[in-house]
Amino acid sequence: MAILDKFKPQQAAYTAMKTTGRDPFSVCFDEVVTPSEAVLKGRRIILLGTNNYLGLTFDRECIQDAVAAVRQAGTGTTGSRIANGTYGDHAQLERRLAAFYGCRSAMVFSTGYQANLGILSTVAGRGDTILIDADSHASIYDGCRLGGAEVIRFRHNDPDDLHRRLRRLGDAPGNRLIVVEGIYSMLGDTAPLTEIAAVKREWGASLLVDEAHSLGVLGETGRGLTEEAGVMDDVDFIVGTFSKSLGAVGGFCVSNLPDFDVLRVVCRPYMFTASLPSAVIASVTRALAHVHERPELRERLSRNAHRLYRGLAAEGFVLGPRVSPIVSIRLPSSEVAIAFWNALLDAGIYLNLALPPATPDNAPLLRSSVSAAHSDDQIDAALEAMVGIGRSLGVIAAPARRARDDQRAGVRLGEATWGQPGHGPARVAVTGS
Amino acid sequence: MRTMSQKDEIVAVIIEMIGALPQPPAQRATPETNIARDLGLDSLAVMNLVMQLEDRFDVSMPMDRLAEVQTIDDLAVTIADLQGG
Repeated sequence: MAILDKFKPQQAAYTAMKTTGRDPFSVCFDEVVTPSEAVLKGRRIILLGTNNYLGLTFDRECIQDAVAAVRQAGTGTTGSRIANGTYGDHAQLERRLAAFYGCRSAMVFSTGYQANLGILSTVAGRGDTILIDADSHASIYDGCRLGGAEVIRFRHNDPDDLHRRLRRLGDAPGNRLIVVEGIYSMLGDTAPLTEIAAVKREWGASLLVDEAHSLGVLGETGRGLTEEAGVMDDVDFIVGTFSKSLGAVGGFCVSNLPDFDVLRVVCRPYMFTASLPSAVIASVTRALAHVHERPELRERLSRNAHRLYRGLAAEGFVLGPRVSPIVSIRLPSSEVAIAFWNALLDAGIYLNLALPPATPDNAPLLRSSVSAAHSDDQIDAALEAMVGIGRSLGVIAAPARRARDDQRAGVRLGEATWGQPGHGPARVAVTGS
Repeated sequence: MRTMSQKDEIVAVIIEMIGALPQPPAQRATPETNIARDLGLDSLAVMNLVMQLEDRFDVSMPMDRLAEVQTIDDLAVTIADLQGG
C-alpha cells in the first residue's frame, strides 16, 4: 500500500464533488478589490464568506501603518521571539491587548490556530482534565491532542451536561479546564456563558473562551461574548485571532493569572515558530484601536446581519438559532448544497460550503459571514440570488405555496426547527432574537 | 446459573441501545461488532451513542480512551473500567 492510499475515500469524494461543478475548496480570485468585492474569472462578485466582520482589510490607516512598518523594520522577523528577540511593536501590541481586555498579561501568537494549540497543550498537562464543547473548532481539538491532559467532551452548549461531567470527576486529582467559544463558527450560535461560568465557579475549574468570531463583534466595547455576558471576572483565558475582525493574521491569549508570562518559555507553539512581521503587527495594532474608537462599525455589522438573517428567515430558510454575522442556511443534502453553492457563484455571490462531518448535526450548510463593509444593495443582491436559487432547487417554496404549507403544517412564520447535536430538534424563534 | 459479569451486562445494554437507534443496523450487533465499521453509523451518530452510554452508566469517556475502542466488547471493558469495576 502506498503511503497516501489511506486517503482514497477522501480522494474519491473530492473528485466526485469537483465533477459536479467548481472546486469549492480551491476558488482562486483574480483579484480581491475591497473587503466585500473580488474579481473571479473577469467578473465582479460579492464576498459573503470571508469572516471580514469589520471590513478592515483595506482600511486606509491600517494600510498606512503597515507600509510604514515594513519600510522601517523590514519584511520579516526571520525567526522566533526566543531566538531572534522581540521587536518593540510586538511588546506594544501585547500591552494594548491586555489594556483592551483589562487584563494583566497578553501573549501574541503567529496564528489563531497556534494560539489554541499553544495555550491548550501547555496550561493543562498530565493529570489535568480539559472539558471541551463537542462542537469545538479543530484548533481546540488539536491543541488538546498535543498536550498530556485527559480530554472529555460535553454536549454542545449544555451547562447541565458539563456539570454532570465535573461531578463524575469527583475528587480525582488534577486541575479542570473548561473550553467554550464565543460564537461557534458554523451556525453563529453563542455559548450560554453566564450558566457555564456558574458551573465553573461551583466546581473550582478554570475557564477558557475562544473569541475568534466574537472579538469586535459582541459586547459593549467589542471584547466579545465574555463582555456581553458580563463574566470577565470568571474567565481565566481569552483566546482570539487577528485574522477575522482585525483583518490580518495572528492570534493571542490574554489572562489575569500572575504567572502567565512563564508560558513564554514553556509553550512550544509560541517558542518554535517565527513571530509575526512588523507590518502585520502594525495593522493589527491600528485595527484594535478602530474596534475601540469606532463602535459604528459594530452597529453597521449588526444591521447588516439582521438584514440578511431576517430576509432569509422570512422566505422560510432554516437558519441558526440567533442573529449573528455568521448566517448559515441548512440544506437537505450535500447534493443540493453543492448545486446551490455553484449557482450562487454563477450569480456573483461567494460564500462558504460546509459539508458533513465538519458541520453540527451532520447538516450541509451554506455559510455566509456578513461584514460592516457590505452595503444594503449588496445584502439585498445576495438575498435575491439566494431566494431565487432556493425556490428553483425546491429548498424553499414559492410564496403562494408556502402560505398554504405553513397553514397545513401549523408552522408559524418566523419559527424554524433546528436540531443540535445531542439535543434533538428544538423549536427556536428566529425573529426578534 | 452463573450471574452475568459487569462487562457482559454492559455489552447487553450497548446492544439493546444500538437496536433502539433511529436507523438500527440490519444485523443484530454482537460483542465482536466493530463500532465504526460495521454499524453504518457516521461519526456524529457514534458520538451521540457514546454520550447516551455515558449518561446510562454515569461515566465520562476521555477521548484517548475512546480512540482505543474498536469493538462493542472494547467499549464495555472501558466503561466497566471507568466505573471502577
